[in-house]
Amino acid sequence: MAAPPGEPRRVAYLYLLPAFAVYAVFLLYPIGRAVQISLYDWDGLSLGTWAGLDNYLAIVADEGLRAAFAHALVLILFYAAGPLVIGLALAAILNHAKVRGLGFFRTVVFLPQVIAMVVVAVAWRRVYAPDGSLNTLLGALGLDSLTRGWLGDYTFALPAVGVVGTWFETGLVTVLLLAGMSRIPTSLYEAARLDGAGAVREFFAVTLPSVRAEIAVAVTLTVIAALRTFDLVYVTTRGGPGESTSVPSYEVYHRAFGLGEVGSAAAIGVTLTVVIFVISFGINRFADRRIS
Amino acid sequence: MISRGERLANYVILSVFAAFALYPIVVILSAALGPADSGGTAGLANFAAAWEIGRFGSYLRTSLAVSVFVVVVSVVLSIMSGYAFGTMRFRGRSLLFYLFMLGIMMPSEAVAVPLYFDLRSLGLIDTFWSITLPQVALSVAFGTFWMRAYFLAANRAIVEAARIDGASSWRILWQVLLPAARPAVVTLTVLVFMWTWNEFLIPLIMVTSESLRTAPLGLAFFQGQYTSGFTLLAAGSVIVATPVVIFYLFLQRHFVRGLLQGAVRE
Repeated sequence: MAAPPGEPRRVAYLYLLPAFAVYAVFLLYPIGRAVQISLYDWDGLSLGTWAGLDNYLAIVADEGLRAAFAHALVLILFYAAGPLVIGLALAAILNHAKVRGLGFFRTVVFLPQVIAMVVVAVAWRRVYAPDGSLNTLLGALGLDSLTRGWLGDYTFALPAVGVVGTWFETGLVTVLLLAGMSRIPTSLYEAARLDGAGAVREFFAVTLPSVRAEIAVAVTLTVIAALRTFDLVYVTTRGGPGESTSVPSYEVYHRAFGLGEVGSAAAIGVTLTVVIFVISFGINRFADRRIS
Repeated sequence: MISRGERLANYVILSVFAAFALYPIVVILSAALGPADSGGTAGLANFAAAWEIGRFGSYLRTSLAVSVFVVVVSVVLSIMSGYAFGTMRFRGRSLLFYLFMLGIMMPSEAVAVPLYFDLRSLGLIDTFWSITLPQVALSVAFGTFWMRAYFLAANRAIVEAARIDGASSWRILWQVLLPAARPAVVTLTVLVFMWTWNEFLIPLIMVTSESLRTAPLGLAFFQGQYTSGFTLLAAGSVIVATPVVIFYLFLQRHFVRGLLQGAVRE
């Protein structure tokens, strides 16, 4: 960080005070409390009993919790890996070919980012319904044997939720990569061309290395979004059928307010926070090393 | 440069993706404007019915009050704290800034549970404050980071000149720096508005009475209760999504800039 301009000013504390007060009371203090609560067995009503690290050990030992974190990993594939591959292809096309309607396309693919997740969930529930348009489409293709109630299916409910993630993250990743690609100097491409590189080699030799930082940012954002899937699961499946779509965020809510296991809920919340911090710092360091 | 075949292929790929991105939105819109579940009315009458049966009028009023409060308070507080971090030197500056940075990554899931129980013991659950203040805290973390970046890059010479003229730091902020900060403030405003309007978990946990339900929460409950068709649910969804979408269509650049840059460390 560069040295700040201006002379020392005590008055700075007065400017910081209001923001810091709200922030400390409603964010810093609660996270401290979350750590404290996570060390107890507490139902939210009576006195809690000291549990030490049991609630954290349960995350590794408890079958249901292990499953929830495993489901989060599956969602990461859909939220991060899928959009990254698709986004790279789309951005490369948009950047390379001077297509008309670029503005319109960007508006459209980014639109899912701004729609309330509850609305997104209502829409996709409709698409996945037994009499929904996905089954209608399969029927029209003569694939009646594949039709099912997608969100009620033990095997397909989680991938179905994942596809929704792919749907709303692809636009963000595409626009992010496009911004990165538009900054690549044309001289690099001309040099590659002189070396006789085709479109594919050009992509791997010039485009991909140039957008390393953007890829890091895209992965960070989408992985965190995958780990924080709550609204979508709450509205579409409530973690069902069985526990096939339970995810950590939903478990926090479900355990605290459904099962009365507040200590366990707090432990999952704290773990989630730590995982998110580690991912953010890790990927950022990787990106920084690249840039410097 | 590009052959016609390649160009055609590109258009096909892009069209397929535009269709994929729009499809669920089209599903909702066409259902909302289509014939009513009970037969009879159609089109815009569905919105009136949803407004009536789903009580979306009340939900929208709550959402509007919550969003305006969170936006105004967190933008003003962020401007002040960003100004301090961006233009002044003081002890503990880095430490305090890193503390704020932690809040950007803090998932609301982790803090909402302890907040619920602490606010419950204070008797503040199910109040306007229990929905808004946690969201102000979350927004101020990002807002401080955002405004600091702006003030760091702002023109130092004007500030120094104003200071030599004897202007107070308060006047320098509001009369010298802020007029030029409009784009940064607009971006912050639309982002905080969008996040607050679309927030689901905090209202879900903090609200029990129906009069305090926000629009997304109302829609989720409406979906749970209303099972006699999809038309009104679709109309309700359109009502919930529209305010942010309108903002987005007019201020698209700000949305994109904020969401892309907000994540990139300076």
